[in-house]
Amino acid sequence: MQESKLGLDFQKVEHARGVAKRIADQVQDFVGNYTTVAVERTICRLLGIDGIDDNEVPLPNVVVDELKSKGLLGQGICFFMGNAVLETGKTPQEIAEAVSSNKMDITQLPMHKAEEIKAALQPYIEANIARIRARRQRREEYIATIGEGSKPYLYIIVATGNIYEDVVQAQAGARQGADIIAVIRTTGQSLLDYVPYGATTEGFGGTFATQENFRIMRKALDEVGEEVGRYIRLCNYCSGLCMPEIAAMGALEGLDVMLNDALYGILFRDINMQRTLIDQYFSRIINGFAGVIINTGEDNYLTTADAFEEAHTVLASDFINEQLALLAGLPEEQQGLGHAFEMDPMLENGFLYELAQAQMLREIFPKAPLKYMPPTKFMTGNIFRGHIQDALFNIIGQWTHQGLQLLGMPTEAIHTPFMSDRYLSIENAKYIFNNMKDIGEEVQFKENGIIRNRAKKVLDDATKLLEAMESEGLFTALEKGIFANVKRPKNGGKGLDGVTLKAENYFNPFVELMKGKK
Amino acid sequence: MSEGLYSMEAKDFDKTLDLTKIKPYGDTMNDGKTQLSFTLPVPAGDEAIEAAKQLMKKMGFENPLVVYSKELTKGFTFFNCYGSCTHTVDYTTIHVPKVESNSMDMHECDEYIREHIGRKIVVVGASTGTDAHTVGIDAIMNMKGYAGHYGLERYDMIDAYNLGSQVPNEEFIAKGIELHADALIVSQTVTQKDIHIKNLTELVEMLEAEGLRDKVILICGGPRISHELAKELGYDAGFGMNTYADDEASYIAQEMVKRGMK
Repeated sequence: MQESKLGLDFQKVEHARGVAKRIADQVQDFVGNYTTVAVERTICRLLGIDGIDDNEVPLPNVVVDELKSKGLLGQGICFFMGNAVLETGKTPQEIAEAVSSNKMDITQLPMHKAEEIKAALQPYIEANIARIRARRQRREEYIATIGEGSKPYLYIIVATGNIYEDVVQAQAGARQGADIIAVIRTTGQSLLDYVPYGATTEGFGGTFATQENFRIMRKALDEVGEEVGRYIRLCNYCSGLCMPEIAAMGALEGLDVMLNDALYGILFRDINMQRTLIDQYFSRIINGFAGVIINTGEDNYLTTADAFEEAHTVLASDFINEQLALLAGLPEEQQGLGHAFEMDPMLENGFLYELAQAQMLREIFPKAPLKYMPPTKFMTGNIFRGHIQDALFNIIGQWTHQGLQLLGMPTEAIHTPFMSDRYLSIENAKYIFNNMKDIGEEVQFKENGIIRNRAKKVLDDATKLLEAMESEGLFTALEKGIFANVKRPKNGGKGLDGVTLKAENYFNPFVELMKGKK
Repeated sequence: MSEGLYSMEAKDFDKTLDLTKIKPYGDTMNDGKTQLSFTLPVPAGDEAIEAAKQLMKKMGFENPLVVYSKELTKGFTFFNCYGSCTHTVDYTTIHVPKVESNSMDMHECDEYIREHIGRKIVVVGASTGTDAHTVGIDAIMNMKGYAGHYGLERYDMIDAYNLGSQVPNEEFIAKGIELHADALIVSQTVTQKDIHIKNLTELVEMLEAEGLRDKVILICGGPRISHELAKELGYDAGFGMNTYADDEASYIAQEMVKRGMK
C-alpha cells in the first residue's frame, strides 16, 4: 500500500474511484451508440482528406455535410467512402474533391459488400496509423537522445495571433528554460464547427489552431530543442466543436500535449453535453494512441466557483475525467488532470489549504502528470504582488511534484505575455525549483493539523458528491450545476444538431486500431 | 553596483509641492524618480545599455540608470531602469468624467431600491461577442461576488441574470426584452486589436435600431474600459478595474430614480 504524507485513507480513495467508474460507465453506455459530425470529419482526416474548397470550407466538412444533409450521417463516412474507393478506384482525397465540385454523389454509387468496403479503406487507414506511430516514435527518440526537462515541466503560453511571431516568442521561451509551449487559440475558435486551413497571422487573444500552424511550430520547437539540448513539447487545444479533429491533426503533426477535457466545453463554452461527451471519447482514443498528454480543465471551475468551498468538485471531476480517459484507452501516465492555485490571497492559511489539495491530488493520482494552474482570478494588475503569488504557487508545484507547471505571469489580467514577462516567470520558477528541490521529501505534515484535515475533508466531500451523482448520472449533475456553479440542459447548447445515432452500416475502424494501443 | 544606490548627488531642486507642476515622487519631493522596464531588440552589451539610456533621455528622464539588463533570447535585451522625470503636469486643471452616483453597499442599495423604486429591478449581464472570459461578469453577477463585494445575485432587490460568455449581441438583446431588463451589463475582457470596441458599438447600434436604447440603462465593464470610453461609445456608464458590483448597483438604482423609471 502506498504511503500517504497526509494520512489519506486509500480505501476511501478506491471507493471514490469505483463510484466514478460507474458514473463513467453510464456515460459510455450512451456514447457508444452515437456519432457526430466532428467524429466523422476526424475519420475523413485520418483517411487522408485535407484541403479546402473555393469558399474555404474544409473538405472534411464538405463530405460530412453532404451525408448529413441527406440524413445519412448515422451510416458513417467510412461506409460511403470505402464504397466509393472500391467503386471508382480513386483515393479518399480525390473522392472528396469530386464531391466538392459536385462531380460525384457518394451516396448514389452501387453498393458493395461490407467486408469489401472495409478492405478498400485499409491502405489509407494503415498509412495514417503509420504516420502517427512514426510521430510518436520520433518524440520518444528525441527524448532518448537529446533529453527533456525535469518535472514539473515549465509550461508557457504564446498568444500573439500570428504564428510566425509565436515562433519567435516560443523559441525565446525555450531558450529561457520552458519545456512546453502552448499556442493559445484565438478567442471563439472553440465554437467554430470546422478547423481553419493554412498558416494564419490574425487572431484575437491567440492564434488559430490549424494543421499548418501546428507544422510550423513543431519545426521551430525541434530546431530550438536541438539547440538547447532538451525536447520542447508543443501544446494545443483539443476542445470545442472540433475536439477529435484537432486530436487527429495534432497526432499527425507531432503535438505532445492537448487540453482535452470531457466537461470543460459543456460548462464554459455552452457546448451541448451529448456532443462533447461523444467527441471526447474519440479524441482521447487518438490522443492515447499518439502518446499525447492530455490536460483537463478542472482548474477553471475555481474561476467561477469558490476555490475554498468548492475544492471537492475539482477532485470529483478529476476522478470522472480519469475514468472517462481510461475507457478511451488513455493511460494514467498521459492524464494531466487539472487543478489550480486559486484561493483568495487574503485568506488566512490559504497556502496551507492549497498545499494540502496539491499533495492530495498527487497521492490520489500517483502516475498522472498533474497539470497545475497558477493564480488568475486574484491577479489584480499589482504585478509585484502577483509575482509573489506565482512564487507561492511555484513552491507548491515543486513541493508536491506536480507534472506540468503552467507558469503564472506577473502581468496576468493585463496583457498576453511580453517576452520579458515570460523571462521573469521562468526565472521565478527555476529559482524556486532549485532552491527548494527536495522539500517534499524533508517535511512531514502534522497529525491532525490543518493540512491533513483539509485533505481529508476534501476527499470526503468529493466522495459524497460522487455518490450523489451515481444515482442520478452525470447528465443530470450537469443540469443541476454541480460543477463550477454552471447549469447546462441536456438538449441545450451548441452542436446538438451534429449528433446522431449510429445506423446499421456504421463502422469506425480507428477505434479498434488505436484504443489502448501504441 | 550602480552608482545610484547610495546617491550622494546634491538635491538642488525646489522641494516644495506645487500642484500645478507635479512629477513622480521617490523619496524626496520633486525628485521625479521613476522605475521602468522594457525590452529592446538588440543584443546585450555596453551598446545596448547606452541605447536604453539614450531612449530614457528621449522619454524625458535625467540621470538614466540601467540597474539590470539581461539578453532574453538572441537579439532581445531586457532592462530595469531608474531615472528622474523632467516633465510635470498641472493637477489643478484635470477633469476626468466620472460615473455620477454615490456608492452604497449592498444593504444600503437594497434599501434605496425598496424606498425609491418599490420593486425589484432586473439586470441582465453577459460577456458578449466572441469573448470567452466569464471572470468579469461573474465578479459582478455571482452571488459570491469578488474581493469581498457581493455580486448582484445576492441583492434582495435585484433580479440578476448572468448569461455567461460568448453571447451574441442579438441573443443578449432578445433576452433583455424577454426579461424586461431595466439595465444591461456587458463585460469585455479581450481587447486585442480593439475587438471590444467593434462589439460594444454594434450592441448600441442594434439597440438603437430596435428603439430600445433609451428604455434601458446600458453599462459596460472590463479591465480596459473607462467611463470616458463608455460614454464615447454611447453607453450610460463604464466601469474599469477596481470597481465592483456595489458600484454598478448603486449607479443603476440612482440612475433609474433620476430618470423616473418605475
